[in-house]
Amino acid sequence: MPQAGQSNDATLLRIENLKTHFAVPDGIVKAVDGVSFSVGEGEVLGLVGESGSGKSMTCRSIIRLVPPPGRIVGGHVYYRGDDVLEWPEAKLSQFRGREVSMILQEPMTALNPVLSIGEQIVETIRQHEDVSTNDARERAVALLRMVGIPEPQRRLGDYPHQFSGGMRQRAMIAIALACSPKVLLADEPTTALDVTIQDQIIRLVQELQERLGMSVVWVTHDLGVVAQLCHRVAVMYAGKIMELADVVDLFENSRHPYTIGLMESIPKSAARGSRLVPIPGQPPNLLNLPGGCPFVPRCRYATEDCANAEVALQEVSPGHYSACIRSNEI
Amino acid sequence: MMNETATVGQQTRQPLLEVRGLSKTFVLGKSIVKQALGRPPALLRAVHKVNLHVYPGETLGLVGESGCGKTTLGRCILRLYEPDEGEVVFEGQNVLALKGGALRQMRRKMQVVFQDPYWSLNPRQTVGQILGEVCSVHAMCAPSEVPSRVAYLLSTVGLDSEIAQRFPHELSGGQRQRVGLARALAVEPKFIVADEPVSALDVSIQAQVVNLLMELQDRLHLTLLFITHDLRLVHYVSHRVAVMYLGRIVELGPSEALFADPIHPYTQALLKAVPQLNPRVKGKAPSIQGEPPSPINVPPGCPFHPRCVRAVERCALEEPALVEVSEGRYVACHLA
Repeated sequence: MPQAGQSNDATLLRIENLKTHFAVPDGIVKAVDGVSFSVGEGEVLGLVGESGSGKSMTCRSIIRLVPPPGRIVGGHVYYRGDDVLEWPEAKLSQFRGREVSMILQEPMTALNPVLSIGEQIVETIRQHEDVSTNDARERAVALLRMVGIPEPQRRLGDYPHQFSGGMRQRAMIAIALACSPKVLLADEPTTALDVTIQDQIIRLVQELQERLGMSVVWVTHDLGVVAQLCHRVAVMYAGKIMELADVVDLFENSRHPYTIGLMESIPKSAARGSRLVPIPGQPPNLLNLPGGCPFVPRCRYATEDCANAEVALQEVSPGHYSACIRSNEI
Repeated sequence: MMNETATVGQQTRQPLLEVRGLSKTFVLGKSIVKQALGRPPALLRAVHKVNLHVYPGETLGLVGESGCGKTTLGRCILRLYEPDEGEVVFEGQNVLALKGGALRQMRRKMQVVFQDPYWSLNPRQTVGQILGEVCSVHAMCAPSEVPSRVAYLLSTVGLDSEIAQRFPHELSGGQRQRVGLARALAVEPKFIVADEPVSALDVSIQAQVVNLLMELQDRLHLTLLFITHDLRLVHYVSHRVAVMYLGRIVELGPSEALFADPIHPYTQALLKAVPQLNPRVKGKAPSIQGEPPSPINVPPGCPFHPRCVRAVERCALEEPALVEVSEGRYVACHLA
């Protein structure tokens, strides 16, 4: 098993051979199938992939919030060297929120509609820390101010439906940061937002990340967001990491056919007239994956060997990993 | 008020579609309680006095953030919503004045592709029934020829004819959107409103559908109104682009020129907010502060002035008209 990513002293979170499977009536969906990576202190790692690639489930597995019928069936999630997957449930409540917290794509479903924003932040703080309601309220005001909500004192009493989409996402970030976590897991937090609001949220997270020295795992399908925000990137397909590299390396020297395909599928600043190069075929059916590399049916570099190859990340240049057996020819 | 015949390279062409002074207001909260209390219902001004022309064979991109009125405008043009005022002239005929059979005839020429075909395809019909029904209703062919026409339509959008036996839920998102496109093409339209046609699809599939749409446009001489919030995509697919903000068109021009040199401060902010694909070029200052105000409460004067970094006193008092500032480029800004 190659040590995907740096495994130096600064490693805060290390995921090893993680497997999260869903038993459904038609079979077993291997949503996360042998994922390994690490996140250093103060690092922003991008998890990129299309729907069903397993990027969200990887995130949820890290804080052990996999929805049923999903189950983590194998692997390790080391937080500061300790395997989170072996902890008793009781220990997790201090881990979640305090050490690692999460923001989700659609804050309206993540926020409680019958509690005011203030109550939800105060509840989070008091759940984890022994402070008075008044002190917690003061911290809530400071948090809302920090995430750029105007008149935080007054907005504290507002309910989620009184906030706009962008404001709700800011409130979610305030709740996620309420107990100063060391790692923030962000599951497509800007996908539902308009581009100008996305820009504001990304800058906010960037600024907070630098100021607080947080580590961030940012799940997205938007390569522009990755280029702007992330230090390193893991590209996922059918539950596996296909490529893992420094962001500049990934954009300028892609070594996996799927990453190359993704890059060619998006209009850069290309004008009309130049055709996009789509990835042919359909997204993989997770219930019926081909043996070997799951990308084979859509891959223009595929050979007979690929259908039998074991998908494993190989270091193709220092710090740059690819799971393609033909990486050296690409 | 606006004369748009001077568009580059299209001076001599007659527009296929002309929209003149189109407005649509939705009345919200017509509740009995509010009426009893004598409170006036809230008015949401979704589209406000929009003028635009679409030329034969071109793609006009319509961009803007959520709530700017781009979908409402598209639907008013097709009369899926009844506009409050204005005119929609298609091939010289005022679409808004048509009724009954004449309207149905017009609907054959103007079609729509929706964002998520999962919600716009009948889940109880097979793909063959969905496409066959359109062919029968509009009498596109003899009843006996329907199956072969369905097969032809499916092949046009790159699908296997066996798809005809399947139900929408058995298809992937990309396949469903191809079926949505086949349904629009079934009546051989001249004009298609494509409302976020690829936004619900994965990136790798988006490129397939976009390429298909552009190939079909060339092959069938289609004219497209391409509605999207995706600025990279609109740049790529459009000949000309219209930018909407709070129900108004604030800038309109040839795609290349508009993206290379946006004039309206809102367009500038919007383009700046698109994350660059080059990790070596990190964005500098935030593009724009705050969020668009609600279309229920549109600011007086220029609707953008409260967020505009360059706003002057006049901007709060007087609404700028969309005027031609250079050949083919229209901007609604006092400072342009």
